[in-house]
Amino acid sequence: MIHLDQPNIADLPALRHIGKPLPRIDAMGKVTGATKYAGDYTMPNMLHARVLRSKYPSAKIQSVNAARARALPGVVAVLTADDLPGSQVATDIPGVTGTAKRAGTDAPVLASDRVRFMGEAIAIVAAETPEIAQQALDLIEVEYEPLPAVYTPEEAMQPGAPIVTEPDNIVARWRIVKGDAESAMKSADVIVERTYRTQFIDHAYLEPEAGIAWVDENGVLTIRVSTQVVEHFRSIAAALQLPQNKVHIMGAMVGGGFGGKEDITVELFIGLAALKTHRPVKMVYSREESILAHCKRHPFTITHKTGVTRNGRLLASQVSVMADSGAYVYLSPYVLLYASAAAVGPYKVNHVSVDAFAVATNNTFTSAFRGFGAAQACVAYEQHMDEIARALDMDPRELRRLNYVQAGDTTPNGQAIRGAVWLDECAKRAWDALGEMSEPSSPHIRIGRGLASYMQSYGRITWFHDTSQAWVGLEMDGSAVIRCGVPDIGGGQMNTLAQITAEVLGVPMDRITVYSTDSALTPLAGTTTATRQMYMSGNATYQAAMAVRKTLGDRASQHLECEPDEVDFADSTVFVKNDPSQNISLTALIAMCAAEGLPRANLSLFKAPFTDKLDPETGQGDLFPDYTFGAHAVEVSVDMETGEVRVLKSVGCHDIGRAINSAAAAGQIEGGAAMGLGYALTEDVQIVNGVTITPSFAEYLLPTASDIPETRTIILESGTGLGPFGAKGIGEPCFTPVAPAIANAVAKAIGSRVHQLPLTPERVLEAIDQSTHV
Amino acid sequence: MNPKLISLTINGSTHQVALSPNTTLLHALRDLGHTDVKSGCEKGDCGACGVLIDGVVVNSCLLLAWLAENKELVTVAGLGTPDKPHPLHKAFVDLGAAQCGYCIPGMILSAKALLDQHPQPTDEQIRESLSGNLCRCTGYVRIFEAVRVAAQELGSTLPE
Repeated sequence: MIHLDQPNIADLPALRHIGKPLPRIDAMGKVTGATKYAGDYTMPNMLHARVLRSKYPSAKIQSVNAARARALPGVVAVLTADDLPGSQVATDIPGVTGTAKRAGTDAPVLASDRVRFMGEAIAIVAAETPEIAQQALDLIEVEYEPLPAVYTPEEAMQPGAPIVTEPDNIVARWRIVKGDAESAMKSADVIVERTYRTQFIDHAYLEPEAGIAWVDENGVLTIRVSTQVVEHFRSIAAALQLPQNKVHIMGAMVGGGFGGKEDITVELFIGLAALKTHRPVKMVYSREESILAHCKRHPFTITHKTGVTRNGRLLASQVSVMADSGAYVYLSPYVLLYASAAAVGPYKVNHVSVDAFAVATNNTFTSAFRGFGAAQACVAYEQHMDEIARALDMDPRELRRLNYVQAGDTTPNGQAIRGAVWLDECAKRAWDALGEMSEPSSPHIRIGRGLASYMQSYGRITWFHDTSQAWVGLEMDGSAVIRCGVPDIGGGQMNTLAQITAEVLGVPMDRITVYSTDSALTPLAGTTTATRQMYMSGNATYQAAMAVRKTLGDRASQHLECEPDEVDFADSTVFVKNDPSQNISLTALIAMCAAEGLPRANLSLFKAPFTDKLDPETGQGDLFPDYTFGAHAVEVSVDMETGEVRVLKSVGCHDIGRAINSAAAAGQIEGGAAMGLGYALTEDVQIVNGVTITPSFAEYLLPTASDIPETRTIILESGTGLGPFGAKGIGEPCFTPVAPAIANAVAKAIGSRVHQLPLTPERVLEAIDQSTHV
Repeated sequence: MNPKLISLTINGSTHQVALSPNTTLLHALRDLGHTDVKSGCEKGDCGACGVLIDGVVVNSCLLLAWLAENKELVTVAGLGTPDKPHPLHKAFVDLGAAQCGYCIPGMILSAKALLDQHPQPTDEQIRESLSGNLCRCTGYVRIFEAVRVAAQELGSTLPE
């Protein structure tokens, strides 16, 4: 059963399309198999590319000899660093003003003299068939000289440790200082200090990285690729030494992203090969390649030292944060910043000091993944809240309630919190929805319940100066077109824009077509990342649709002899609100406007709040447009003999401001619950001495249909978000509290805590043993 | 490895195609344009490439195409089209069971195989029959419900 509650506690007015669980415009194509993904496209005369990858996590490349590979019949090109001297993958966030990257840490497109992780690209083969390309890889002779390596941030921080990239292994650092934590700690009744660790995990989208590139008749390098970011056309142009207007990214429906298709994947390999061979070139990563060689979620080690009063007030918080950046930096500075800003969670603490490092190692590089550092922070701060409560012999929900932030409070970086803050409401509803406690099915089974609250940003860091654009227009027959560069990664990004337009212009959903994800032909809308598209492109679309409505509404008011604000639009008709019998069909109104040369379309740009960068010493300053608040509660069973954990019930309750499509919003929350279950219990990309020993879904264990508990979703709508109709983002936030809620439930069940994710049976048994020996 | 001309019957149409003995059914189908059969892992772990072979759902990445000769192959597009969707298609759309959609063709075919065997499946049977199909987006909840709704719809439209 789908359990979805959507109580209208803020008494928001009903709308015609907004909030309804309408079937998504992209759904029928997907379920019937008609939808083409990037890897489904072919071109005449197409070649297939494969990439040769490093066999060592750290080595000098003495030589690369491709003579035998080039001689293999069917091989058209073997490309190495010599074919693209000095080019690097620009790993920063595209289209932003102001970065936090250390120079010289970008990855080379193809390694020339040095490899820094196992799986680093060394050569590209383009051949007539994928099989020949694969065969050719085995004929390329690479002479390596293994070099010393570091595999943990702790090792990498030691004096004399091998340096991954000069000058040292600290590739990003943030400090946030509010008040005086050290002094305030002295007045605490109780101080609790604990360390929490998280693991590498894989995005494991079902569609592996894929794309096809060709040079078109105008000399434009055109790349159809599965991506969250069409704006990479700029960094592709830089890497391949082309003008920016000679690179064209065409998206496709993305078969899952979760941050893993935020960085460049196949684009430069197939782009370079297409330029060199003058033929279309396709490349699809194998699953092993995707796990081995593309980015992972950052493992974090987070130590909290918190001073509290005996009655449960948080006084001071000192947090040290360390993230494993892997061999190249990519988005580590920003992931680290999100973790730092979120370090104390949704709690009011007047004295905070956060000291955070991202450290290079010879592991697979780490980068964006749903939750983007804020999720790892929550794993730590929400387990820590339970441990503080235990130290105080207090109900952890009561401890939270005492300390939740309120509207008007400031975050550790000094940003004022605005809008409704329904932390307590969400926690209470999530907890209550667990219902009756389950009975243990046998004497060695214990049942436990846990909760986690969170606050998490939606929209990009405000000193990126983020914008999105959308074009909305009406055709002569009353159908509507939306053009917006938004990549749809499965969250219903395109459908959201259609549903907003349907509401504003009164056009039925089945008469709206959305064109998206094209860097040349659709207005650039920015990345589908940072839970920003509904907020940013939703607002851009809303603005554009409202501009069209204004022109048509004004003209209709003349025709209907009423005031412009008395005009309403619904069901392809324009009418007087209080007297719908006074009306004109949308098509007749469009014809009237066309005959008079009035515009029936609008291109609109939406700007997020723009701020300056944070103070580098204290981390003070505004950082995000706004926050989503919520909670997740779970009930688990633990087998005290085997250590096996099963999640029995799982409830997410979030204030999403306003649901645009309630089924899509609930779908995000249900999916986030499952992904959080995997993060908590089974998923672990194990990289042992630089070698990934879990390179397939046989070792890397995703939740299956059999693992899914009774799942409930509660959508609250305060109407106070910054998105269209008061909406807030939910794509990433809903994932964040799930794993710590599970960890808290397991700790409750067994009476002790595993401080490292995932909670494998071995670790749970060990924790049980330790607690029984105390 | 010399190719051999074999005959594949896909969604009711028969194709003569020259295939090497090591070509998997997944690649044979996709090369023939059946891109509704998705490739997710090529190891039989994810179920995205599922097709019905004489009514039984099989991971086409694990089967050599030669072994599918003279059998009835059905892909998700063979169940219906956007104009004439199968009740499973329709239920998946109506319930919001598809997000990125990449796992859905295999998922629907596993559900079809289940409903052919058990027209009124229990929740446990639904979970078990879908446990070989990984989905990363949905958390499966809406997928389970879509299968239930389709079962009801199919049950009510069965000939008397």
